[in-house]
Parts: sequence; structure tokens; C-alpha cells
Amino acid sequence: MKKLLPATLAVLMFGAVPVAHADTLKMACNVSGAMKPYCEYVKERFEKDAQHKLEFIEMPAASDEKLALYQQIFAAKDGNAVDVLSIDVIWTGLLDKHLLDLTDKVKDLEPAFFPNNWQNSIVNGRIKAVPAQLDAGMMYYRKDLLAKHKELPPKTWEDLARIATKVQKAERDAGNKNFWGFVFQGKAYEGLSCDVLEWVASYNGGTFVDPAGSITINNPKAAKALNTAASWVGTIAPKGVMGYQEEESRAVFQNGDALFMRNWPYAYVLTQADNSPVKGKVGVIPIPKGGEDGLHAATLGGWQWGVSTYSKRPDAAVKLVRILSEADTQKRAFMLLGIPPARVDTYQDAEVQTKAPYLAEFKDVFANAVPRPSTPTRAQFPKVSKAMFNAGYDVLSGRATGEQAVADLEDKLKRIKGREWK
Amino acid sequence: MSHNSESLLPSAAVAPPTAAPRRKRSLQQRRARAAWVLVAPALILLFAVAGWPLIRTLFYSFTDAAMDTPEEYNFVGLANYLDFAEGDSFGVLADPLWWQAVGNTLWFTACSVSLELFFGMLLALLMNEKFRGQGIVRAAILVPWAIPTIVTAKMWGWMFHDQYGVVNDLLLRFALIETPLAWIAEPTLSMWAVVIADVWKTVPFMALMLLAALQMIPSDLYEAARVDGANAWQRFRRITLPLIMPAMIVALIFRVMDALRVFDLIYVLTSNSEATISISGYAREQMVSFQEMGVGSAASVLVFMMVAGIAACFLWINRFSHEGKEARE
Repeated sequence: MKKLLPATLAVLMFGAVPVAHADTLKMACNVSGAMKPYCEYVKERFEKDAQHKLEFIEMPAASDEKLALYQQIFAAKDGNAVDVLSIDVIWTGLLDKHLLDLTDKVKDLEPAFFPNNWQNSIVNGRIKAVPAQLDAGMMYYRKDLLAKHKELPPKTWEDLARIATKVQKAERDAGNKNFWGFVFQGKAYEGLSCDVLEWVASYNGGTFVDPAGSITINNPKAAKALNTAASWVGTIAPKGVMGYQEEESRAVFQNGDALFMRNWPYAYVLTQADNSPVKGKVGVIPIPKGGEDGLHAATLGGWQWGVSTYSKRPDAAVKLVRILSEADTQKRAFMLLGIPPARVDTYQDAEVQTKAPYLAEFKDVFANAVPRPSTPTRAQFPKVSKAMFNAGYDVLSGRATGEQAVADLEDKLKRIKGREWK
Repeated sequence: MSHNSESLLPSAAVAPPTAAPRRKRSLQQRRARAAWVLVAPALILLFAVAGWPLIRTLFYSFTDAAMDTPEEYNFVGLANYLDFAEGDSFGVLADPLWWQAVGNTLWFTACSVSLELFFGMLLALLMNEKFRGQGIVRAAILVPWAIPTIVTAKMWGWMFHDQYGVVNDLLLRFALIETPLAWIAEPTLSMWAVVIADVWKTVPFMALMLLAALQMIPSDLYEAARVDGANAWQRFRRITLPLIMPAMIVALIFRVMDALRVFDLIYVLTSNSEATISISGYAREQMVSFQEMGVGSAASVLVFMMVAGIAACFLWINRFSHEGKEARE
């Protein structure tokens, strides 16, 4: 309290006086990497419109490390470290108290965005962030190889396994010894939780925890989904997938050593780069259904822009968030980095459609993407996610059957939940 | 101020009666005092960088603080360590994952330190011989030790890669395996991958410690033993080993303490599942991933106690063996 007094006095004395000099706002944008042209575009726009200076701070690439860093900044209530920050869709509940309430400032933007994505950034009825990009799992395949072996893109997981077995055998007999049918993210980390959710949801096995907070994972359909996934490892997928994240699986696929790959939309633009061995040979389809009566379930991912509660320049920060939410800015992020926009209208844009013809079809997949149970499980979500991916990993590595895994997972989730999610 | 400046003057010239007891202080006492003054900056520094965080950690281990709001906490006593409620037990010591982490860490420590001792000894004996290019070999052997652990982990990660890694490539070429192994993906193999990377990195350290000890042994001992007809193994067993034992124990303490707090190799190299978690990894997970500063601090305190306890055991065994030897003599 003592520290607050001089600060309050200073605000009272100088706050009313119009600011003569421009403020400096800080935004999380990795200006030294591939994001440079995007960061610079934002800076130019903001400095012209808002009469403030914009500086960038670099953040770690891995999202859990980014979160740890944010939380240290928040723990110190540091108002100088960062004003505008990018937030993973699963963090909004977790970071709630450190994010500025944007309800009155951005409410009018709602109709422009995908509803499930917009809902995700609302905590207790207050808008805490604005969607920056939308992600959903999708299945990549080799158009040339399917044509060569006279197959159509698969609709179900069973279909996928059959085609992968056939093509893998034929390609290996033809001398490509390292060829595999399917690669995905099997390392024990957040990415595996996304994959596991897709498998379980595609077999109508639910979302582990339903929106009301009840634990639903212990059901035969979920067990079947996990058993199906386990049957891929060592047959159509290398055992190494249990150590793969997104980039490791992309390395194998982009090198021409895999027929199918589950990944996020960012990978498309990279597989089409000039130095990519599979340029022009890649197609994209929705995640397969679990059996004929299953669903095309894609895990909802993506990032949002939020403002730190400790920001000393909240008005300028909101101005920046509004610039970041414009169709033109989001389109630019897509054209430069392959990040799918969160605004619905950008999907009709001619330039966007030429760059990624598949995107228009994926509008429905994006609109129906399945969120991870982060909203109902609130601050406990990191534990829930960890239990999810460890259950998935145990099944993939053969240390548990699907039935054991879902029963154990139910026990674990009950323990984490206690009386109520908090 | 004046009191201090007085004592700086030659006492014989001023000789105030109050200064009399001070002059009586013995040389020994004055030297002890000077010693304390000289050591004080180092002690203060040590307290600031080691003592204070330790005390804070101990303090937080009795609270329910969260990582992003460390100033809001309640005291919960020993609940973070062990707590019983409604017929169920909670806390780090009741968590099966903690005990699995302890098992993993001890297994890793035992395997990697014994392999390091073995290979370190071989290298040290080799380097102790005189041969051409000795200087280059000694310098070259230090390279793995100089590489940061995180780089080691990434490098071995690529070498162990199931599709494109050099390890599988070599094994396939020599027909030791038929299909590539998923070194860093399967829990059983990935712990060995971690041990191999760690041994590669720290054998040079062990070798240099042992080499330094080997070079202290006077060569006439060996000559005398040779004259008495002792063979190579007997010379090693009866002369080399006893004489380098103190240095070996120090090296072992260093390595065991280091291995017990293994974190980065496992975190970067393996699939990071519960099957390969170490105690430091467990503490990090509670603290950073789950934001539970209280539980994380409790785990950190347990890690500290375990490392300190094992180090104390080593020292005790060392002293005990010395005393035993003195008694025998």
C-alpha cells in the first residue's frame, strides 16, 4: 500500500495533463524470426494511427515456456515488460485475472469471428481477448501416391489404415526402405492431448470432460479409439512418433517419407516452399471419422491477442488490439506465415484462396472444431491435459490397453477435480 | 566514530583506561577476527545467492502459494509433503509419480556414474602413459565436457533420431539390428539414451580428476613393486587404487550430486512422459506447468535433502574408511 501512494499522487498530478510525448507500447512479436515482416507491418500501422511508439519483445517458441515466462511477468506485476500479448486458446481461463477486461472496447467485433473461437475468449461473461488465428487439426496426404496406387482420400480411420498399409508395402518393395504410412504427434506433451482428443471425439467418445464439468472419458468408444491408435504404432507409423512433435512429423512427411500426416494448418505453406521435395504433391482432408457413424473431429487450437492488466497504457494497447483484429492484418499474417485467420470474411478473399485453395472447404471444419476441455476444468487444465497425454502415451507405448487407460484416466481426473473444478 | 578512530591510534601513546581489556585480546583472537572480516564478503555473497533462495523455498513449501500470485498464500503446514484427509493421503510423499521419479533418478545416477567411473578410469590410465600427441589427446578429450548440456541433448536427439539418426544407421550397417530403434520415444530405450549422452558428456571430467590423482603417485612405488614381482593387476589393486581413492571419492561425490539433479537431458531428449521423469523434472512440473509454488517448493526441498543426504553419506564413508585405516596402522 505504501508503494501505491506516490504512484497514485503522480497519476493525479500528471494524469490529467495531456501527454506531450509519445508513449512506447510493448507487444509480444518475434521480430528476429520469420515473423519480422508481419511485426514491421503492425508497427508501421500502429505508429501512424496511434501516435505512439511500438516495441517488440521476443518470446520462446514452445507455448508452455511462453506461458511460464508470462506468469513470471505477471507475478512481478510488471507493467513495463509487455502490454499486448499472444495467448493460446487454452490459457484464457488460466490467465483470467491478469488480462484486461476488453468487453466494452471490442464487443462490436464479435460478428466478424468464428463463434466457437470467440466464445473461447469469454471468461465469466467478460471478453478477455480477441482471436488472432484459428487452428484445427487436419490430415495431409500425398496426392501423387494415392493416384499412383489408385486410391481415394480416406473418410474413416479404418480406411486410412488400409490405404497406408498397402501403399507403405508397395513403396518399400519399390526400394524406399524408410517409407511410412502415417506420422502424427505422439510425444508426451500438449500436442498429443490434441491428437488423443481427435481420436476419441471421432469415435463419438466425447471430450474427456463435458462442458458442464462431468468426467466422460470412461466409455467403450473412447477405449476403442485409443486401441485403434495403438495399432498404428510400429505398423503404419514408426515407433519414433512417440518422440515426435509437429516439426519432427513434418520433417518426415516433407522429406517424402510418409503418406499421411496429422498436423496444423501452418504446415501447408511450408510443404509448398520451393525447396520442399513434396511441393505440389500435397492434399488436405478433414481428420477421418471413427467408423462410418463417427465424426470428422478436429481439435480447436489457435492464438488470441490480450492486454495485460498491469499495462500502463491500456488505451493504446486496445488500439493495437483493434489493428491486429482487422481483416487486412489477419490476411497479411496468413500470406506471410501461413497462419489461418480467425475472421470469417478473410476466407472469401481471392488472394487467400489462391494461396491455399483448401481453406475455403475448411471453413466448416474450423467452425465445428472441438475445443479441449480447458474452459470447464479452468485452472486445473494443465493437469487434465497432462493426464490426457500420459494416458495416450501409455496406450501408444503398449503399457496399457485402451480399456485400462480410460479407467485409470477417469480415476486421475476425479482426483484432480476433487469436489469441483477450480 | 571517535570510538573507532581511537583504536586506530597507537595504543601506547593514548592509552585510555577503557582500552585496556581490548589490548588483552590474544593474537589468536585478533587473527580469528581478521579472518572473519576477510571471509565476510564471500559469506554474504553465498547467503544471497544460495542461502536466501533456499530459505524462501523452504518457506513456500509450507504454503499454498501459486506461481503467478506468490504474495497471496496461506500456511498449510506439512500438507504439501504429506497430508491425510477423508481416509486418503495427499502431498508429494503420497504421490506415486514422485516415487517413480525417485526410482528413475536413482537408476539413472547408479548407471551413469558407474559407467563414467569405469570409462573415466580407462581414459585416465591411458592418458597417464607417455605417448606422442599426448597434449592433443588431453585437450580433445575435454570437448564433450565443454559443450553445454542443452546442446548435448539436442545433438544426441538428432543422432538417436529413428529415421535419420546416425546411431541407427551404424547399427543397421553392422547388422546389429534389423529395423531402426525408436531410441528417444520408447521409455525403456530412452533412459539408456539419456545415460549414453550423459556418460559421453561427463567421462572427460572423471578422467581428468583421476588423471590428476594418478600423476601424484611417485613412480618409484611401481618400480619397487615390479622388483618384488607384482603383476599389472596387483600393482593397480595395491598401489594405484588406494592412492587415488580420496580423489576418486571427491569425483564421485561431484558426479552423484550432479546426476541426482538431472533435468535438461531428460526434458529435451526423451518423450517427457511419466515413465522417464526425474525428481527435478517433477519439481519443475509442479512449479511451472501446474503453477503450484507450494507443492513445487516441497518437492524442491525433498530434492535438496536427498542430494545433501547422499553427499553426507559419501563423506561419512570416506572419513570412516580413513579412520579405519589409521586404526589398523
